[in-house]
This record gives sequence, C-alpha cells and structure tokens, in this order.
Amino acid sequence: MKPLILFSLILTLAALCVANLLWGSLDIPAHAVWQILCGEDIAAHPSWRFIIMENRIPQMATALFCGAALSTSGLLLQTAFRNPLAGPSILGIDSGANLGVAAVMLCLGGGVTLGSLSLDGYLLVICAAMAGALSIMALLVMLSSLLRSPVMLLITGVIISYVTGALISLLNFSATEEGVHSYVMWGMGNFSGISLDRLPVYVALCSAGLLLSVLLIKPLDTLLLGDRYATNLGIRIRLTRNALLLCTGLLTAATTAFCGPVSFLGLAVPHIARMVMRTSSHRILVPATMLVGACLALLCNLCSTLPSNGSLIPINVITPLIGAPVILYVILHSRKQ
Amino acid sequence: MIELKNLSTGYGRHTVSANLNATLQSGRLTCLLGPNGVGKSTLLRTLCGFQPPLEGRMEMDGKDMAQLSRKEMSRSIGVVLTERPDVTDMRASDMVALGRTPYTGFWGTLGTEDRNRVDEAMQLVGIAHLAHRMIHTLSDGERQKVMIAKALAQQTPVILLDEPTAFLDFPSKVETMRLLHRLAHESGKTVFLSTHDLETAIQLSDDLWLLSADGLESGTADSLSADGSLERFVSCNGIRFDAARKVFYLS
Repeated sequence: MKPLILFSLILTLAALCVANLLWGSLDIPAHAVWQILCGEDIAAHPSWRFIIMENRIPQMATALFCGAALSTSGLLLQTAFRNPLAGPSILGIDSGANLGVAAVMLCLGGGVTLGSLSLDGYLLVICAAMAGALSIMALLVMLSSLLRSPVMLLITGVIISYVTGALISLLNFSATEEGVHSYVMWGMGNFSGISLDRLPVYVALCSAGLLLSVLLIKPLDTLLLGDRYATNLGIRIRLTRNALLLCTGLLTAATTAFCGPVSFLGLAVPHIARMVMRTSSHRILVPATMLVGACLALLCNLCSTLPSNGSLIPINVITPLIGAPVILYVILHSRKQ
Repeated sequence: MIELKNLSTGYGRHTVSANLNATLQSGRLTCLLGPNGVGKSTLLRTLCGFQPPLEGRMEMDGKDMAQLSRKEMSRSIGVVLTERPDVTDMRASDMVALGRTPYTGFWGTLGTEDRNRVDEAMQLVGIAHLAHRMIHTLSDGERQKVMIAKALAQQTPVILLDEPTAFLDFPSKVETMRLLHRLAHESGKTVFLSTHDLETAIQLSDDLWLLSADGLESGTADSLSADGSLERFVSCNGIRFDAARKVFYLS
C-alpha cells in the first residue's frame, strides 16, 4: 500500500513538472516545448527557446527543490523538538536569513533588485542569507545543550524572530525607498529568481541537505520516543541533534536566500505526508515529505502564473491558502486526542 | 546482577542521596519505594546512565558501569520511563520494534531475527493481538505493556522501570506487576522498578529497596518487616503496618 502511494506521488510529481514546462505566462504550444527540449530551434519564435531554457526549466527546478527542502526541514524540526507546530519559520531560522538579506539589500541602498544584480551582488545576498540562517542555527545549537526542553527552544525561536524582526525594521527605517521595495518584493517569495547558470549551486546545496536528512532516518525514529528512550537505545543525542540543526539550517538558508522566505510549506507539508502515509516512520515519511513538498511547490508555481497579463502572483500569497487549513486541522485534531 | 557501592546520586554539586549500598539480583523483581522527592527517580536515572554518579560505583556482573560504551549500555539495560511518548500514527508493533535499534544496521531495517524477537516480546507480554493497533488508540495499561515489550525486544539482562504503574487503575496495576514478576522469574532478567504502591510492591516483589532521607535499606519483604524497617519506613506518616498480614492501617 505505502510503496503504491509513494509511486503515485512520484507520478504526480512528474506530471506537475511537465505541466510547469507547458504552462506559463506566455502560451507556447506543447509540440514547440517538446521541440525546444529536444534541442531544436523554432524559427518563427526565437524567444520561446529563451523562455523555456532560461525561465521555465530553472523555475521548475527551483520550485521542486524549494518544496522538498523546506518540507524536509520542517519534518526534521518537528521530530527534533517533538512539536507538531515546529517549522523553519517558527524557530526563527528563516528570519535569520531574512536579516542577512535585509542587511545587504537595504545597506547597499536602492536600485538593486535580485534580477538586476550582478553575479557578485547576487552571491553576496546568498552568502548573507546563509550567514544569517547559520548563525541563528549556531545559536540554537549552543542553546540546545543549555535548554533541553523543547518548549524553551521554541520560545527561544520566537524571541529570535522578534529580535531579527526589530533589526530588519530598523534597517528598513533607514533605507531608501527602492531598497525597501526590492526587499519587500523578495520577501513575497519567488521561484523565478534563479537562472540556469546559477541553478547548479542551488541544487547542490539543497541536495546536500536532503542527503544528510536521509542519513538521519534511524536516529529520527528513536527521537520520536523522546531523548531518554533514544539515549537508552544507543543513539548519540548531542551529535544527532547538531546534525539535525545543521541540516535544517542548510536547507532553510539555501531556499530562503534563493527564493525568499516561503511560508507555511515547512510547517504544513510534513502533516500532509503523515495524513497520506498514516505512519510516523521516517523511512517512509522523509521521502514522502520531499515528494509532497515538491508537488505542492510546483502546484503553487503553476498557480502563480495564472494572471494572463504576464505578471506572477507572489508565492507567499498562495502557500498560506494551502498551509492555513492544514494547521487548523492539526490543532483541532490534536485537541480531540 | 547490579551492585551499588557507596553510590552518591545528584546533580552537579547538589547531592540527592549518598552512600547507597545494595544489590539487584538476576531473576528477581525488585521494587524501589520511597516518599516523593527522596531521590528515587534520580537513582533510576543514574542507573540508566542518563546522569553520572557523583561518587561511588555501580557494577554490572563485576564490571564498572561507567566504563560501558553507549552500545554496551543499550544492550545491557532496557528502560520504561514515566514520560509517555506522544506519537500518533505508529503501530504498536513498530513501537516494540524500536527496541531492536541497538541491533539493527545504519538504516534500522529489521531482519528476520529482529521480527521474531518483536513477535516473541509481544507474545510474552500478551499484546500480540494489539500489534496492528495505532499507539494513540491504546489505553494507558495497554500502552505501558507495549513499552515493556519494547524493553523486552531490546534483549537486555536488566530492565529498569520508572513508576510503571503510576497512571494505571488498580486491576491494571496488579496485572502489570504480575507480568513483571513473571518476566523476571521466567527469563532470569533483573527487573527493577520504582513505585508508590506499597501493598502491591510488598505482595508481588521479591526484594524491596526502601529509600529514605536516612539512606537505603534492602531485603525481602519478610526480612524488612521482621526487623521493623518497613514499620519505621511508613510509621512517620501516621500509618501502621501489620507485619503478619502485610497490610497497612491508618492509625
């Protein structure tokens, strides 16, 4: 039964990938898309090739990896802190990335949007986001040995979000109008910011994080019982916890830097995966979460191209529509138990 | 067999109990009794290896337990804790299977041997019929049995339980104690548990450890009531112990 569901998830993913290549703001007929993918040129519409290769393919890959990465990150955090409402945003990890990005965008002044930045400037934004997210992770790792209780760590995450939020407000206050605008646009979430030549870096970072999460499957299962039971079963708690935090930090930083802070996916997808698979075993949940996350992100990306005038709806307008009902369901469901 | 030699337990500079000397015998059920806050849980946590002893030694079959590796510990001591694992969507058999973690490989895949052990453990505890039920649909008593089966699947010579009967109704309390008694005798395991149920403990355990502010006294229920230790142990609370009938009266 479960392999069958996983298989149908893979099929759905493949279908959504194809759909993402076929549909976009501009109508390109399916046979033309196929021709372009096969390496042929369409003489009548030379721009189509550019749209497919430089726009739709990277956007599809970005959405796919962003969904998988954020969802996996959420699953790991929920297991690590044994809290169904944990997620990259709740622990303040993505607000750390936000702060890094805000510092670069707002301090460098106006005029720069992610699209128009040179490669140097682009890398700078990414490095800043990584630095921000990983320093928050480092802080959480440091505190995880001091604050053993999951509740305390969650509170810490909330406080971190407040502090970084305050710093970002301060940066916004003193920044130019253009700077604030480009930062706000980035903050709405976007799968179209990565071009084909920058894609490998992003894919490599996400893959590294996803691979690390797969390696943690066995200790993750024992963590479901709590730290003491896991210790008794021979698991190195400190090492596992630190590996988990590093992994979630990497996944969150990479996606936030490249796509902006995409909300709700990290929190909601693990719950959807649990509902679909009816298990809490990570051997099934980790791949299922990656697949569901990738599917949902691709679906959101499709929805974002719905306006016919060629503009894109920000991703963060769509994700809460999926995320909020799931979270409500989780809260109501857990109260029933 | 576990021996405590001048063991002191506590946290950092704060000593909870000092100079504990006692022996846990294999094939016997031993109950740890004591008022709240006297250090029962601290002693159990120290025995489980969750916190280091402040002084003294704990020896398992003559070997210093502090020297055991994490892997050796996980194959020597199985635990059942008071904290209820708050998991949903996990079958009882999967929970029991987690007890095989010290024996499975990198991915935690169960082999035939592991599956057999899991089935065996569930049969011993009498929960084979619950194998496919989800953990969150079980009653407290059933869930406690699943955790005991998990500890059995871990195939450790020693099983330590922290107040395993605390949240159970009276019939389940007796049933669980009987089960542990049977397991200790049939499998030759060392079974040690902390509890507040004096009468059940006195009637169903082989040995008693009485932990009080004055220290630790151990022995069989008969020897402890004969030398008046049990009477002293409870009398402070205005309770009288009838040594002959092994029951308590409010005085």
